[in-house]
Amino acid sequence: MLGPVTDDDRVFKALADPTRRFLLDRLFVRDGRTLTELESELEMTRFGVMKHLRVLEDAGLVVARRSGREKLHFLNPVPIRLIHDRWIDKYTERQVSALADLKTELEATA
Amino acid sequence: MTTMTEATVTTQIYQVYIRATPQAIWDAITAPEWTQRYGYRSPAEYDLRPGGAYRGLATEEMKAYGGPDVVVDGEVLEVDPLHRLVQTWRALWDPELVAEGFRRLTWEIEEGEGGVTKLTVTHDVTGAPRTAMLVAGEDPNAGGGWSWILSDLKTLLETGKPLAG
Repeated sequence: MLGPVTDDDRVFKALADPTRRFLLDRLFVRDGRTLTELESELEMTRFGVMKHLRVLEDAGLVVARRSGREKLHFLNPVPIRLIHDRWIDKYTERQVSALADLKTELEATA
Repeated sequence: MTTMTEATVTTQIYQVYIRATPQAIWDAITAPEWTQRYGYRSPAEYDLRPGGAYRGLATEEMKAYGGPDVVVDGEVLEVDPLHRLVQTWRALWDPELVAEGFRRLTWEIEEGEGGVTKLTVTHDVTGAPRTAMLVAGEDPNAGGGWSWILSDLKTLLETGKPLAG
């Protein structure tokens, strides 16, 4: 079953939750994790983590692949890239990158 | 019970929905006149049969920076026109990348409803950390990797124009 074309709303909604951002960050560090692995890093029921993963999958931010008996979860960065290219890039790239540089610099020296 | 030592497989998956036909997407991946219009603009040469050669040629800009004439090479492994293309892939403009060697790259095209087609790029970058960084867009000197390529491809096919240009 295919999802929506450019459903930015779903991406923004999916990102508007700290647990889901945490899950994406974990997958960014290492991709292809099982539910059990992801669950072990959260103070949350298995069902709760499944629900969050479902929202991320619906938004296209997580792609699940079967590997034998396991279901592995991969981060799909393309929807974020699309938002970047269509929205952020268009209006504010210069300012955003200047701020990001400043933040990196301040954090590095902190 | 046997003990299996499995090497860690590192795979990157990129997925995008494009309002275009599978034919248009297939052409955009495999035809040089299309690959010159998005992403790194490198003209692709595919011999579309198992064992056939794949080459990504340098653009004039890449040559001006002193890059090689062929920037990416590989071998075609599986061809299922309009659905699936499996190939190997190796970047050639840096000795470290060359040394990491060929990795498997899979293109999957799945037609959906309402003229929307799903394109999935799966890049096995096991044991190839430099290649992994490159295609993830984490190499500051080498553009945005697959995310950027697919975003640009989507824009080109849906609007007739690429992002940068």
